[in-house]
Amino acid sequence: MNVFDIIGPVMIGPSSSHTAGAVRLGRTAWKILEEKAVRADIRLSGSFAQTYRGHGTDKALIAGIMGMHSYDERIRRSLSLADEEGLVYSFTAEDIPGAHPNTARIHLKGEHGAECTVQGASIGGGNILVTEINGMEVSFTGQYNTLVVLHYDRPGTIAAVTNFMAYSGTNIGNFRLTRPKKGGEAVMTIEVDGEVEETLIHSLRILPNIINVVLIRAI
Amino acid sequence: MLEYDSIAAICDAAQEKQITISALALADQAEQMELPEEELYERMKESLYVMQEAVKKGKNPKLRSTSGLTGGDAAKVEAYADTGGITGSFLNHAMARAIAVSEYNAAMGKIVASPTAGSCGILPGTVVSMLEEGRCDEHAAVMALFTAGAVGMVIARNASIAGAQGGCQAECGSASAMAAAALVELAGGTPAQAAHACAMAIKNQLGLVCDPVAGLVEIPCIKRNVSGIAIAFTSAEMALAGVESKIPVDECVLAMRQTGDLLPCSLKETSQAGLAATPTGIRLKKQVFGDH
Repeated sequence: MNVFDIIGPVMIGPSSSHTAGAVRLGRTAWKILEEKAVRADIRLSGSFAQTYRGHGTDKALIAGIMGMHSYDERIRRSLSLADEEGLVYSFTAEDIPGAHPNTARIHLKGEHGAECTVQGASIGGGNILVTEINGMEVSFTGQYNTLVVLHYDRPGTIAAVTNFMAYSGTNIGNFRLTRPKKGGEAVMTIEVDGEVEETLIHSLRILPNIINVVLIRAI
Repeated sequence: MLEYDSIAAICDAAQEKQITISALALADQAEQMELPEEELYERMKESLYVMQEAVKKGKNPKLRSTSGLTGGDAAKVEAYADTGGITGSFLNHAMARAIAVSEYNAAMGKIVASPTAGSCGILPGTVVSMLEEGRCDEHAAVMALFTAGAVGMVIARNASIAGAQGGCQAECGSASAMAAAALVELAGGTPAQAAHACAMAIKNQLGLVCDPVAGLVEIPCIKRNVSGIAIAFTSAEMALAGVESKIPVDECVLAMRQTGDLLPCSLKETSQAGLAATPTGIRLKKQVFGDH
């Protein structure tokens, strides 16, 4: 926790969990998709399902999917902006068993055919907890700068990634690996202290067996 | 480095070094975040500007919330404030600022959660008022936000700043305590007086429940931001006059935590009791969401 967790974040109202957190969830999904989304199907669970309209949670999620930050004043108009930019969206209220009350499950299709599914919850104060990416269980809150590294499960991949991080002087606070099956797609979630240089992300992206590297910035 | 586990410890450290709480907190945060002090200062200045912009935009008489339930009251109070009202122009204008920012928040405007969106009108109502009424300069106002932040960090750590966990005392109560400390610093008081002001603000909101109508950050949240600034001002005035809180500030924070734990869930943001469960509260909910 630092002073800007208390005096901040700068955000669009009315509620840090229903708007700021929702924008960040949408944005996380957009970053993982890595291209402009043309279709978004969103399942809302628990309290999100009940009250999303009055809180503007729908506008917030769509704004995030369009790449906006939680302080972007266009959030208010995001649904009409989505129509203008050709993003088709749907919202369904459907409880996800065992999920946090403010959970959204976002399925995106991109303009060049990419697809991704991200599930996460808005857990208060604009903080999020992302629990699933493309069917893989993950767990990160976005309180720290977090690198999400999608890769193929091959020997030496983790060492290569962490070596590059070591060279750039980036300290790892938390590391988690999820691998649903041997040799298949896997995901590293790496929470780091301090800033992450753009050059590090570019270097990691061109390593062998890396599918995508996404930086989720702390608030 | 500071641990932010005791408001008294922070005040003692500032007193010992003969510096303000804000100077202590800024230096410490720069060290902890591994960033230069200037960068943190600039970032806080931007937050102050966001607060000032929200004050301005929130006074638009045509402003309405997404739900349609609230908006336009800041403009009424602003017009009334020019008459001086009962307590004078300063407090009435401060009230208008607190409502303006809270209403702007409900209308999906840009605000600074401080500590939360639900309590975002309290620091603008106090710190921005001191600045805009000519009682301090911009530098002092920016620094006062560090004082407020330091106090808030201790409360977040030892109690809570979330309505769902601690009730409204954790949101507007915390914001008010943060503002009280900031006001004492802006008025030239000592760190010890800031601690007493903080304690008194918490004491005066202890047990305040979180019972938002329809679950929205509007009714009664917007008006509780106004009472939050009133308590911050009166607590700061008492402390500056030399009045001391018999219960030390850190014990007040623990009492807030214990009270929050004892509050039933129905009074912690779930809208199952309190004002949310009144016949009118239920009717307004249906008006916004239908028969969910």
